[in-house]
Amino acid sequence: MLDLSHYSSIGEALRDALETYAPEICLIEADRDRETHRFTYREFKRRALPLARGLQDAGFGAGDRAAIIMTNQSKWLISAYAIFFRGGVLVPLDYKLTPGEHWQLLQHSGASVLITEYPIWRQLQADTAGRAAASKLRHILVTEAPANADLAGAHRWEEFNAPGKPDFVRRARKDTACIVYSSGTGGRPKGCMMTHENYLEQCVALTSLYPFWPGVRYLSILPTNHAIDFMVGFFGPFTCGATVVHLRTLRPEYVRDAFSKYKITYVSLVPLVLKNLQKSLQARFEALPSGKRKMFDALVRINKAFTRERPVLSLSRALLKQVHAAFGGELRAIIVGGAFSEPETLQFFYDLGIPVANGYGLTEAGTAITVNDLKPFRADTVGKPLPGMELRIVAPDAEGVGEVSVRSKTVMSGYLNEPELTAEAIVDGWLMTGDLGRLDHEGHLHLLGRKKNMIVTEEGKNIYPEDIESVFESLPVKEFCVFAANYIWPKRSMVGEQLVLVLHLDSGQTLTDELRRAIAERNNRLLNYKRVHGVVLFEEDFPRTASLKIKRNVLAERLARLDRAAAVLPL
Amino acid sequence: MRTLEQTTAEVLQLASTHFKVPAGSLSPEDDFFKKLGIDSLQALEMLTRLENHFGIELPDYEVQGVSDFRTLASRIQSRL
Repeated sequence: MLDLSHYSSIGEALRDALETYAPEICLIEADRDRETHRFTYREFKRRALPLARGLQDAGFGAGDRAAIIMTNQSKWLISAYAIFFRGGVLVPLDYKLTPGEHWQLLQHSGASVLITEYPIWRQLQADTAGRAAASKLRHILVTEAPANADLAGAHRWEEFNAPGKPDFVRRARKDTACIVYSSGTGGRPKGCMMTHENYLEQCVALTSLYPFWPGVRYLSILPTNHAIDFMVGFFGPFTCGATVVHLRTLRPEYVRDAFSKYKITYVSLVPLVLKNLQKSLQARFEALPSGKRKMFDALVRINKAFTRERPVLSLSRALLKQVHAAFGGELRAIIVGGAFSEPETLQFFYDLGIPVANGYGLTEAGTAITVNDLKPFRADTVGKPLPGMELRIVAPDAEGVGEVSVRSKTVMSGYLNEPELTAEAIVDGWLMTGDLGRLDHEGHLHLLGRKKNMIVTEEGKNIYPEDIESVFESLPVKEFCVFAANYIWPKRSMVGEQLVLVLHLDSGQTLTDELRRAIAERNNRLLNYKRVHGVVLFEEDFPRTASLKIKRNVLAERLARLDRAAAVLPL
Repeated sequence: MRTLEQTTAEVLQLASTHFKVPAGSLSPEDDFFKKLGIDSLQALEMLTRLENHFGIELPDYEVQGVSDFRTLASRIQSRL
């Protein structure tokens, strides 16, 4: 691995990685069962530098912002490299957002360059008002456009090259490297300004526990715009000479095949996918004939006995050969993140000899705060703080439960254009996470609910009620408000979180079928993971500030007097 | 060549069989995540079945953001 303490920026470290590991394979890309690309670090450089020169000739340089809206593929990483080479600030956006949300974030970020894929651009260009609002956008690069496609003023990515060597632009450790949106597509966008130092430090900490080296193959499934995949599916493996494998489809059958085809070493998954994997494995085990099942259970018991203190991969692979063969035979760990994982699922995989690197983090803290170090494996916690991460519990109650706060070189410098929000989030150098937890005697963190009004889905999506309220705006009721149910009725759990729509009906109005239909019709306009799951009827006026904003905390306190089970009416 | 109406009817039929909901209880405007109670992974499985049925390849990105049967059927129709 490169010694990252010597580097001042992501671009500088990546530039050296491409030289150091020149003959190693850095990228494999497959579309279903067809391998479409395989690049060495040398070939990656050959493809990236002409793009960097193209950006340079277009006037793109130090501190300029470039957004990427792409699915996981080689051009994502090539583009990011070119942006960093030119000293630019990368704005990685979630390709699953709607065109309206994309344009809003493009405008908010002040991006002058957008790099996207043709199917996404086809939807984006149809929103002419959105495009007009993103006034700083100068150049749009579109990948894989059909030969006869009308690109509406955009350039073909494949042709946006220029001859000649591009000039490398130096950046300082404290300069912004990326603007990463942790929320705020409907309300107030929260663009986390992540510095080069944030990434360099986080990379050192994470790879000290889960190392990469030439020959390691990381299967990139989580979107690369997500902090986890950006770190362990790009920056981490590249600075260690490892290989990243991209799949252009996430159909389970092709993902399954990829494990054995590419001998995957690490993969990152969200809890939902991990749980599905558990269910399908359990179904297969249950279908075994009785004799084989007994033998299998005995082997699992032996494996558990020998891996109590630490993983013993060689033994687990020998004992449970068929299970490990299904994962390619070389899997060292599944990294799970983005949301809370149930201990039972984590234990299931560990008992099979497949360690799950569960942890806890948030974008604002620079990916991970705590990670299970497997010394020994603990399914009941989210692990210990990473090296370099100071963690404290603020205002703990009698059981030691309080708000988790962290101080580290990996914490963002602030929210873009939001000094007030930044001051609320970072107090005296400590990032207030809004999550509740306690530390046990071994230094492991237990998460026990949230202090903030938001939910995280099992797919790893952060949903803030304020961001989805606009869809209910024309609802024929006196007033309404969306809440995370656990914010109103605190529960010491991080699973099964749901949003509820609180309605204050007009005098004499009732929750008729017609009103239910009106709610459902609006709810269905939201992406499925953003929808509310129930309605709460409240008979008082909502408390409001002088400027008529709802006092959410006061309203939540009043709603808490209602019995949750009776108050939440299913939709 | 199928019409869009035929394609839509076949999509509904296949979804009702695969997810074991009564035939006729699904309509083109329905949100399939909600009506079938499925998550994004199950939706991908449904796509694979639809591809096999219609003999086409439907890239994941083509159905990005699609959640109702009618739009899904129109994306399939454009590849027939």
